Amino acid sequence: MSGRAGDRPAAAARLVSAGAGSGATAGHTTDGVGDPVRVMVGLGRALDSAGLRVGPDRVAEAVRAAVALDPTRRTDLYWAGRLTLCANPDDLPKYDAVFAALTAGDVPRLRPRPQHLVRAVPVTLAIPDAGDSDDDEETEAGADTVLRAAASSVETLRHKDVTTLGAAERARLDQALAALSLPGESRPSRRRRPSPHPGAVDPRRTVRALLRSGGEPVRPRWTRRSVRPRPVVLLVDVSGSMSGYADVLLRFAHAATRRRGVRTEVFTLGTRLTRVTREMAGPDPERAMGAVAAAVPDWSGGTRLGLLLREFLDRWGQRGVARGAVVVIMSDGWERDDPAVLGAQMRRLALLARRVVWCNPRAGRAGFAPLAGGLAAALPYVDDFVSGHSLAALEQLARIVAGVEVRGA
Amino acid sequence: MDGRGLLPVGVESPADLVGRLAEVGYLADEGLATAAYLGLRLHRPLFCEGEAGVGKTELAKALASVLDAPLIRLQCYEGIEASQALYDWDFPRQLLHLRTAEAAADFDPTAVEQELWSRRFLIARPLLQALETSPSVLLVDEVDRADDEFEAFLLEVLSDFSVTVPELGTLRAEVPPAVVVTSNRTRDVHDALKRRCYYHWLEHPEFDREVAIVRLRVPEASDRLCAEVTAAAHALRDADLLKPPGIAETVDWAQALTALGAPGLDPGLAAATLGAVVKYREDVERVRSLDVGALLTRAVMGA
Repeated sequence: MSGRAGDRPAAAARLVSAGAGSGATAGHTTDGVGDPVRVMVGLGRALDSAGLRVGPDRVAEAVRAAVALDPTRRTDLYWAGRLTLCANPDDLPKYDAVFAALTAGDVPRLRPRPQHLVRAVPVTLAIPDAGDSDDDEETEAGADTVLRAAASSVETLRHKDVTTLGAAERARLDQALAALSLPGESRPSRRRRPSPHPGAVDPRRTVRALLRSGGEPVRPRWTRRSVRPRPVVLLVDVSGSMSGYADVLLRFAHAATRRRGVRTEVFTLGTRLTRVTREMAGPDPERAMGAVAAAVPDWSGGTRLGLLLREFLDRWGQRGVARGAVVVIMSDGWERDDPAVLGAQMRRLALLARRVVWCNPRAGRAGFAPLAGGLAAALPYVDDFVSGHSLAALEQLARIVAGVEVRGA
Repeated sequence: MDGRGLLPVGVESPADLVGRLAEVGYLADEGLATAAYLGLRLHRPLFCEGEAGVGKTELAKALASVLDAPLIRLQCYEGIEASQALYDWDFPRQLLHLRTAEAAADFDPTAVEQELWSRRFLIARPLLQALETSPSVLLVDEVDRADDEFEAFLLEVLSDFSVTVPELGTLRAEVPPAVVVTSNRTRDVHDALKRRCYYHWLEHPEFDREVAIVRLRVPEASDRLCAEVTAAAHALRDADLLKPPGIAETVDWAQALTALGAPGLDPGLAAATLGAVVKYREDVERVRSLDVGALLTRAVMGA
């Protein structure tokens, strides 16, 4: 396969890099652009440090693709790398930047990508320090024992507002949060499961039994519909007015995404909408929080809830993320813009989602009334309104999302 | 592997494939053609993601025409199972066979048992069909609608292009089919599946390409109409709609206007045929409030 460039004399005329032009053939040149192995390994490393999960298998795949094309052409290298190393539209701007930097030149892109796909360069911001990072290495079993030992003291802090906690209490709270899960209320699935009780006949199993008994009639076998949890979407407000709660809510979100078999999507709302579901992946909450902090460009800014909600619905919600899902908005409802925009978008959301739950940590304070302009406009479309300022309140939220407890707005 | 995979004779580069695809009415850009070229040559599935109506499904159809191979389509939906995607035993026929065999004089239980679980009582569903038909193009449409258990199962089939039937053994594709997997991105498909594939993100085509597509799809339409409709569709894409029109909508619109005998796009006709491009009541209202006339004039002037 590496003789491909030689098969085509025309390829020599199309050499892009001056260095590769000095009689080098594919696979043997030491020039940065000409050697596909060098380029792909370099790309893989750079992308890895840019946060893309690129393993050696993918790099090998990229090299194979480049060799199958014309590795002396920049565009072919670009596409070989992009097709194998990217797995997400969000990866593309990063890939373009890395490719351009590595091969010194413009990206052979067809036209500028729409604005909303371009992410700002991630700025690493420290999130409020919480918990000891010593726990990182702890095994699951170890964490369990710690959890049990801490259980009684957790009981006392269950009802405390999380902003009033000391460092040690916060550490215990974080552990308790990690044990929470957030499955959506269940719904009948289209999948059928065997059932001992009469219902729809299961032709497969019945006929199998018939065959086993030599074609003599047997008792029919039954099926029932299985149930699955509905997907859950968390929209976490990380603007300035939520600064005391955002970290706790995001840890709660991390625990929620950890549960297997439940589709959970997490977005942050600040001055812009950021999807952090991928950053939430992985068992370690500290690492996940670090990844989220790096991905979210707008901690502690102002909120434009209505516009962000519209962006969420346009880009994600309407296509399917919010359809039939339990959508939880975690925000204090302070809206900088016209509350009417938020109202209109909440109406759209209510039409798509199974349930809309609004979780406002400030609602836990004495004398709270939902007077924030945005909140007042949104409330008519909210199915459940909860506080979420303490561990107990978050547990209640989990019960409401699971459909175990129902509480009107 | 002969190193050429499924590439048709005479296709030596992605550019050649662009030409072949154009012959069957699909105008691919360089990236997509490169992806398809690699997929065919190295027997890798192609994972196409993008907005609805950018031509993901059409690509599979076009590839089938280029390869002169049957298109086998698996439409995914929630709860889809192996018995609907892969194979199923034909139980009624098995029973019938058993009854007939029993009635015969020389009934041999062991021989009948073996016959019952043979290939002829196995119903091939799309995935198995594609493995058994060579060459073929397998379209796994809207994989994001299926649940994640199904993805794991699909991964198994696409990894080594073989299927193991417990009663029968392993069925392997002599020549792996060309595979196109599409997703509208209503959820993230697992990385493991994408890693098996070449990942391509499709975007709306640039203006000239889209005009060419409309011209190709609606040959009766005048050049002026094609350009104006495309320009208007592009303007609508920037108009902040709930569902911006895709290529399919642009083509529908051109078809509707051609059926009305319109030589070009004018505000009256545009308003009357708006239903071909704009599919939400809120969007219709928004377009009306934007003043269709001005929008069109701007679009046509900019074209």
